[in-house]
Amino acid sequence: MKIVVMGCGKIGNTVISSLVSEGHDVVAVDSNSAAIDEIRDIYDIICICGNGADYDTLLEAGIDKTDIFVAITGSDELNMLSCVIAEKMGAKHTVARIRNPEYNDKNLPYVKQYLGLSLHINPELLVASELFNILKLPSAVNIETFSRRNFEMVEFILKENSNLDGVSLMDLRKKYKSNFLIGLVVRNDEVFVPDGNFVLKNGDRIGIIATPHEIHKFFKTMGAIQKQAKNVMILGASTTAFYLAKMLLSSGSNVTIVDKDEARCSLAAQRLPGAVVINGDGASQEVLLEEGLLTSDALVTLTGIDEENILVSFFAMSQKVPKVIAKINSNELISMAEKLGIDSVISPKRIVSDVITRYARALQNSVGSNVETLYKFMDGKIEALEFNVSNEFKAQQIPLKEMKLKSNVLIGGIIRKRKVFIPTGDDVICAGDRVVVISEGQKMKDLSDILK
Amino acid sequence: MNFKMVFNVIGRICQTAGVLLLVPAVTAIIYSETTQLFALLITAVASFVLGTLLTIICKTKNHIIYAKEGFAIVAAAWIVTSVIGAIPFVISGEIPSFVDAFFETVSGFTTTGASILTNVEAMSKSMLLWRSFTHWVGGMGVLVFVMAILPNISDRSMHIMRAEMPGPVVGKLVPKAKDTAKILYLIYIALTLVQIVLLWAGDMDLYDSLIHSFGTAGTGGFGIKADGCASYSPYSQWVITIFMLIFGVNFNLYYLILIRKFKAVFKNTELRWYLVIVLISTGIITANILSISGSFSKALRDAAFQVSSIITTTGYSTTNFDLWPSLSKGVLFILMFSGACAGSTCGGLKVTRTVTLVKSVGREFKRMLHPRSVSAVVSDGKSMSETEVGSVNVYLTIYMLCIMVIFLLVSFEPLGLETNLTATVSCFNNVGPGLAGVGPAGSYAAYSDFSTFVLSIAMLLGRLEIFPLLIAFFPATWAKRKKAAN
Repeated sequence: MKIVVMGCGKIGNTVISSLVSEGHDVVAVDSNSAAIDEIRDIYDIICICGNGADYDTLLEAGIDKTDIFVAITGSDELNMLSCVIAEKMGAKHTVARIRNPEYNDKNLPYVKQYLGLSLHINPELLVASELFNILKLPSAVNIETFSRRNFEMVEFILKENSNLDGVSLMDLRKKYKSNFLIGLVVRNDEVFVPDGNFVLKNGDRIGIIATPHEIHKFFKTMGAIQKQAKNVMILGASTTAFYLAKMLLSSGSNVTIVDKDEARCSLAAQRLPGAVVINGDGASQEVLLEEGLLTSDALVTLTGIDEENILVSFFAMSQKVPKVIAKINSNELISMAEKLGIDSVISPKRIVSDVITRYARALQNSVGSNVETLYKFMDGKIEALEFNVSNEFKAQQIPLKEMKLKSNVLIGGIIRKRKVFIPTGDDVICAGDRVVVISEGQKMKDLSDILK
Repeated sequence: MNFKMVFNVIGRICQTAGVLLLVPAVTAIIYSETTQLFALLITAVASFVLGTLLTIICKTKNHIIYAKEGFAIVAAAWIVTSVIGAIPFVISGEIPSFVDAFFETVSGFTTTGASILTNVEAMSKSMLLWRSFTHWVGGMGVLVFVMAILPNISDRSMHIMRAEMPGPVVGKLVPKAKDTAKILYLIYIALTLVQIVLLWAGDMDLYDSLIHSFGTAGTGGFGIKADGCASYSPYSQWVITIFMLIFGVNFNLYYLILIRKFKAVFKNTELRWYLVIVLISTGIITANILSISGSFSKALRDAAFQVSSIITTTGYSTTNFDLWPSLSKGVLFILMFSGACAGSTCGGLKVTRTVTLVKSVGREFKRMLHPRSVSAVVSDGKSMSETEVGSVNVYLTIYMLCIMVIFLLVSFEPLGLETNLTATVSCFNNVGPGLAGVGPAGSYAAYSDFSTFVLSIAMLLGRLEIFPLLIAFFPATWAKRKKAAN
């Protein structure tokens, strides 16, 4: 598919990288010639230096033959304007990044329809809801949801003295008798889709697929803490912080926001009457301790500086704060921070690029069984996808054990009429089901891709 | 430096060279030339096996290449293909000296068309076809060819394309480098086929039209007759003239025509200048040689043919222009430098660089008159950035330096200033014939092994636009991480 991406900042870069690896024909547009030069050296795409809302620039980008136009510059207004022009000039689908909370209220669907937008992306809101999910289940490192939260994949790390050390997956199932599946294991920078003979070790990062209820049960038997974080401290009064605080407050948690910028603090205070807003330097340990870091259940670092987020997170971990989440944008720093022991790391650009990749894949496959949800793990080496099974799917009513599946593909769950079950060899897939698939090293566009 | 990746690509190049050698082998079967067939087949098999071994040994998961690797791959690939291509000449005994065979093959792949042969007509048909076929392959680029046909070499193969394609900026037609390479080759093949048919329809047989189409398409200039193209009919000469000009135009413009963006084609600054230069030069020479050619039509035909041949750095000739008046020879000598459009198969400085240089000189004058003036160099309706203008100026500097050094090295030969100078300029700009001793009627056979080798390198430098080859010989490029002292 031909995709034009306007805006080559941090997020744009990741989106382009993901789309290129998917095999799309990408044209990048940015008015900053230095940014565009950098992109040109890395990716096999056409780069155009110019304003994306300008008719000539869009014409040069070949907008009339474009399938998706993605506007992800920092300016909401520019994104919306260029999407409108692109749509009028013949782009089939338009995607705009709209992040200002004022635009993201109940009137957004109306505005979206009026502007002809196919999809809007609010990175801050996406990040906030992912953070909120993790804070609901603090023992998890990362949570991805399927089928409107009826089904989850929860990642957590086997800490020292875990009672799962040395247990094979077959025994695990017998021991716990609960309805779950281990969909992926990350060990020493390598990632596996495990089978029954796989033996777990301390330090593994594993992803369990189950319903939220089953996952709670599992954590309970494991003896891991599982209560929602009650007192949350947030560093940095950013837009993400605002969305997150709103979610936490409405679910009954106490929120403390720390920021050194006075203007942002007073804005946060006005918007979030229930939160405690502190105007102080979050990098100062004195301030954090004074404002009750030791009594907090969780600390979320959301400043714009990766390094500050990482260092403050380490300080909080040394003070035995039960849950620490760091927002990190740079890919290199993410892998380093994970190696150094910060267990929960959130990357906004990865979340956004997953959304756009999923959208492109779903569009590419408009007849077959559509991709509903897509998550990438370990730089896209493993994907978890949710498909909506259409009538076109050939292997309906065939028991899974007789289905000729590709290797490195795992069917993680089947959702039928809002009922979720972990499939066994005797289960079948029917039209209208939703199927969760874990796959390694493949890019699935259709459910039929699981078959040999 | 990602050595494994570099050698892996070189391996693929060897494989491709092996396959390409089958083309003249088929000719050898048709004309039942057994010695040549044996020489070609043994080289083909050897290079294919060697290439396969290289790709197997140098398998790597790390496919990332940077600009440095791109330069190294291109430089190594061109040297390796030239060596492989020279072997059949030596084995078959048609060019017994390896240095001479290397010169001939480099001259082929770089689309120069300079030859050490004194009697072309004595050569076997298959070897002559191989010589001309190297023009065709080298014209668009060996690596671009490999990129177009083989599965993805690397996500960043753009670095290879940029190092190999002539011209200051490489514009991609479509987002993927591989698809761009495919489109370029399809245009190239289509144009070549049209020319083959047109020539075949005239007084040439299929073999001759193949040879001349390959030579024209790559803007190479290897012929099969001692008098060049003089013995062919005026029709064939005009067809070759027009196709030489066509292959001198930026191929991106043909793509623009295909997708019906005619406006952009007409607005192209470089194309306008190119045509204007051709028209003016043809006019001057026609007037100048009118008295010695006899008729106006012959004068115009000879002038147009020679001008197209030199400006596109092809090097075919319909007459011995060494006998022309000094003015005409002077015009041709200057045209050797300018070359045709960037993004075509030609050598030389390229019209776009010439235009930029002229415009930046103009701007400098303006700046002297109005010291506070701010102005930009405009090309294709857009202003060029200072870095672009600067890099063109730097290119001119290193270009002149290279010519000087090569000229100095070649000057050890006692062949006279005119011969040595035009031989240097002609080889470096991938033209082929020069004036005096190396004129259309002469050959490079008089040069010693040392000078032949220097001129071979000059051709490679000119074809790859200097930097890739120089950077490949720069020690820092090949630096490995030093092991710890203990």
